[in-house]
Amino acid sequence: MPNLNINFAGIKAPNPFWLASAPPTNSGYQVMKAFDAGWGGAVWKTLGVPVINVSSRYGAMNYRGSRMAGFNNIELITDRPLADNLKEIEEVKKYFPDHAVIASLMVETKEEWYQIIKDVENAGADGIELNFGCPHGMCERGMGSAVGQEPAVLQTIVEWVMEIANIPVITKLTPNISHIVDPGLAAARGGTNAISLINTIKSIIGIDLDTYAPYPVVDGKGTNGGYCGPAVKPIALEMVKELTQHPEIKNIPVSGIGGIETWRDAVEFILLGAESVQVCTAVMHYGFGIVREMKAGLEQFMIDKGYETIYDFKGKALPNVTEWKHLNLKHKVVASIDSDKCIGCDLCYIACDDGAHQAIRIPEANGNRIPEIIEENCVGCNLCSLVCPVEECITMEQRDDGNQHLSWSDRSLADNIPTTFDDDRAGGKHHFVPTVEDALKHRKGKE
Amino acid sequence: MSEYKRPNSEIEFDDNFAQKKPLMNATEAHFESSKCLFCYDAPCIQACPTGIDIPLFIKQINSGNLTGSARTIFESNWLGNACGKVCPTSELCEGACVFNHQDLPPIQIGRLQNFASFDAIKNNKNLFTPGAANGRKVAIIGSGGAGIACACELRTMGYEVDIYEAKSKPSGLTLHGIAAYKITNQEVEDEINYLKNQLGLNFICDHAIVSKEQLTKLEQEYDAIFLGVGIGATAQIGLSGEDKANVIGAVEFIEELRMKHHRLTVPKRVLVIGGGNTAMDAASQSARLGAASVVLAYRRSKEDMGAYSFEYKFAISAGVDSIFNAQPVEIVGDDTATGVQFIKTQTVNGKLENIVGSEYTVDADLVIKATGQAKQKHFLNLIEDIELDSKSRIVVNEKSFQCTNPKYFAGGDAVNGGAEIVNAAYEGKMAAHGIENWLNED
Repeated sequence: MPNLNINFAGIKAPNPFWLASAPPTNSGYQVMKAFDAGWGGAVWKTLGVPVINVSSRYGAMNYRGSRMAGFNNIELITDRPLADNLKEIEEVKKYFPDHAVIASLMVETKEEWYQIIKDVENAGADGIELNFGCPHGMCERGMGSAVGQEPAVLQTIVEWVMEIANIPVITKLTPNISHIVDPGLAAARGGTNAISLINTIKSIIGIDLDTYAPYPVVDGKGTNGGYCGPAVKPIALEMVKELTQHPEIKNIPVSGIGGIETWRDAVEFILLGAESVQVCTAVMHYGFGIVREMKAGLEQFMIDKGYETIYDFKGKALPNVTEWKHLNLKHKVVASIDSDKCIGCDLCYIACDDGAHQAIRIPEANGNRIPEIIEENCVGCNLCSLVCPVEECITMEQRDDGNQHLSWSDRSLADNIPTTFDDDRAGGKHHFVPTVEDALKHRKGKE
Repeated sequence: MSEYKRPNSEIEFDDNFAQKKPLMNATEAHFESSKCLFCYDAPCIQACPTGIDIPLFIKQINSGNLTGSARTIFESNWLGNACGKVCPTSELCEGACVFNHQDLPPIQIGRLQNFASFDAIKNNKNLFTPGAANGRKVAIIGSGGAGIACACELRTMGYEVDIYEAKSKPSGLTLHGIAAYKITNQEVEDEINYLKNQLGLNFICDHAIVSKEQLTKLEQEYDAIFLGVGIGATAQIGLSGEDKANVIGAVEFIEELRMKHHRLTVPKRVLVIGGGNTAMDAASQSARLGAASVVLAYRRSKEDMGAYSFEYKFAISAGVDSIFNAQPVEIVGDDTATGVQFIKTQTVNGKLENIVGSEYTVDADLVIKATGQAKQKHFLNLIEDIELDSKSRIVVNEKSFQCTNPKYFAGGDAVNGGAEIVNAAYEGKMAAHGIENWLNED
């Protein structure tokens, strides 16, 4: 069996699946239940200054038959007394000495940081996570994302923390910034032991069409929340990669957060250099038991690929994530439709014809609805294969021989790039474009 | 052996005749509508005789525009609710659903359609208004699917419409001729009342048009006349003993059942003669009324039956037995029938032949003939210059549904010889436009 243990910047855990700082880690009761269910660590719901929460706190973005494809909240940090939380942290560590308990913290002044760090260390926390991310409520009081969005302030606070902390410190970043490397560098320069990201994305989840108020509605009004759940994973993956590829940051362990619900999501984060993953929405949706699928899937992946530890494949995708200018312009794929599998929904046809490159036709002569690729028009964009509802019906087939490599960068260096709109070297110059008559012929038949 | 006990109350009747396509709840409708692929140039639309934009109404259910969904349905088909329930959807829209090609269950289009149309009817959502009066009047003879569809469409165009109905309630076969487990009387009446309230349909019930004089008067008073007269009572098949009291027609049996429910009783042994959908309905319903044994007898082979296979299976699942290649020779018994004598048949060179000496008798306490309906030839011959084909169906222009006598238009079973309500709904609607175009010609 593969070994799922991790040593994350000195924080040891039996597996990389941690609960993110959020409602599922609001109490010792929950964290103990979670550890029994199989979670390897938990980042306690943020401790800090006194707050009052509103009633009506969460909103969801449902997609057709799927609930909570996206999720947002306007809940603040813990509203439970600090002493209760500290006592529960101590209890949890007593019952689960080998699991990772990380205290998420958010306070304002240097004195407050010093005090609360001592408190959680005394309670036996294995690490500290600095919450510089919340994009709602706390930021209006100068904390959370207000810090994460000001690299200089962030660095100062990290430095304060590093002066006093005796346990590993993780700095949690907000994605509500145009360039994630800036706060990442600030955290690194402040001396942080690790980084976690992403916190939630500033969002309005929807509007009530009867009351004209944003969800979640609080007595007729609403405010922006923090967005998370499966829909944010692509943003999180990219931001993780920005840090794990950066020369000044890449040696700092990263805990990946954002839309993780299955083992596959977790493996993707690890392949981009994350060493642990943190999960919230999936637990708020399905409960702690969801970790069974994650652990089993991760183990199976490692068995299938022959990996013994997480570190055997951590960051393995990073060499393949490059800049656009280095992509091979000689690479050519075209779509191929398996007519035996095709069910004739013709979504590929209309997606291509209306939404892409007019490279699919439905041959009327065949008397069926099976579409055909017009290979000379196909630019290999993948769209048809993405909309096709049938497993492995439309595949993308390579047409170049794989021996040639020429990138935009190569061409730039060779001074061989198109410089005007009608330059013969430009890509779209000879691309098929239907005529006006082709467009107008669709008018008929609408009786 | 039938598995149903005789129903002694309306509750027990409803139990035995449980709706084949029950109303979805909101959760089921949400998940079912989520599955629709929104196919391009969707095959389900093409398979629907009325061409309802099915992917659109399903998407509207899913996006929470239930009112718009009902509008999409009724705009194409005035009997959208009835059709959702009684259409042979597995042969039409659902049969065309692309999921069938992956051996996946098709989208339950009929039930989704009902989810939206029922909501509009229940909440009396006002979706349509009569057009501004154009001063023209049309008489409609027969208030079945074709007549109602024609009337509704004409009302939206501003016509004054009078619908003459021989029976005491409108709706024709939707109310009187459909198996009770497909649609309830209440549902049929609710849909008609819903349309009537919005469009001001003027039903003149208990008013049979049967004479030349009546027709002449209609011709004088109205700008056009629509014939939605359907087809007639069960035909005589020329079988010895056919006039015995306990030998009845399937159409009449089904109508009586629809009107009387549990108050209609069937004896122990029921024999149904025929191989069409009406035979299946009659057999299945006899079983559900508690007959101890129900036997379907068809003169050709199982494969030759006109009934949809799902209808046959449904009858079998109710406990009906079947015998094939059984040609009725005579109905036996003195005053009352005690059974039917059959002779075995075989098909030789495509021709059905009796096998000499193979006669046998099946005992029965009630014989139901589901052997086809007589046409309205006698009545139709009262109309001058109206052409009928060799099967006594009214000959019409296939687009305008205009008869050879230009003042008359026709649709439904009287034209197609007996098809689905959805076909009648389409033909009646098309005839309305035929009338409009014809009257605007000069």
